[in-house]
Amino acid sequence: MDGLVHPTSFRSTDMKAKIIVTPKKAVLDPQGKTVANALEQMGYQGIGAVHVGKYLEIELPSGDAETWRKKLDEACHKILSNPVIEDYRVEIE
Amino acid sequence: MNFAVLQFPASNCDQDALHVVKNVLGQSARFVWHKENSLAGFDAVIIPGGFSYGDYLRTGAIARFSPIMQAVQTFAAQGGPVLGICNGFQILCEAGLLPGALIRNRSLQFRCEHVFIKTATNDGPFSNRIPEGGLLRIPIAHGEGCYFADEATLDQLEANRQVLWRYATATGEATDQSNPNGSMRNIAGISNEARNVAGLMPHPERASEPLLGGSDGRLIFESLISWLQARVAKVA
Repeated sequence: MDGLVHPTSFRSTDMKAKIIVTPKKAVLDPQGKTVANALEQMGYQGIGAVHVGKYLEIELPSGDAETWRKKLDEACHKILSNPVIEDYRVEIE
Repeated sequence: MNFAVLQFPASNCDQDALHVVKNVLGQSARFVWHKENSLAGFDAVIIPGGFSYGDYLRTGAIARFSPIMQAVQTFAAQGGPVLGICNGFQILCEAGLLPGALIRNRSLQFRCEHVFIKTATNDGPFSNRIPEGGLLRIPIAHGEGCYFADEATLDQLEANRQVLWRYATATGEATDQSNPNGSMRNIAGISNEARNVAGLMPHPERASEPLLGGSDGRLIFESLISWLQARVAKVA
């Protein structure tokens, strides 16, 4: 066995991690700026800065949420985000 | 000298890099597939351009976990010279072998054109054949080439003379207009503190023969060969 749980064996009661990765405020975000400009041009006046990031959903077998949070925190630091340019947030539900 | 040119899935400048080192400069070279895990017998490593792993997640983010990258870490730690070109530069930053990161171009456009880069220092393996301040005309081709690092890191890079090249005008001024991607302080290429690992966004392998419109890029490879030869002479 490879130790991985096959996705089809998941039940609806299993957990899900939501990971949100956004560019750090100090990092130039031309994509966010372009989206903000487009919104303004479409008439959505008065909006503030827009930050375009990434959203990842990870299916998890049921288990201890805190243990998963620690593991995913490590994964975010190692690969899912680049701490030089990005911030991340892990939510488990 | 014996060069390793790494190949990841979707590397696409590997053939050009090997061609220059082997056929233009007469060195021995071979491709090293990313699943290999040894660089024994090589004098230098080139990580070529491309779109390794489809640029999924972030440029270079997945490639840095390929088995060969562990060997690159060891090779670099032992002082072996490693040159990352374009995607290779991105991989070296993701791997932590070079500071900072490369993000989306300021213009959001993929930029594919010839640019001028000004040599900021000729200390080290990659620019010793170029006078300081020397201008090279070399093409770029990237969508994520905007060099970013925090102010403290940038100051440290300058203090240690780790900035190798900056984007500049044809007369050698590092202006905002000559900056094709928004890189902080016009940085086009840097080295690590030990100077044996370097990365740059422009493609010297595409500018190493007059037939291709210029051979300025050749100076970077010639610098590396001179440095390797001097190292051998010192040991002998």
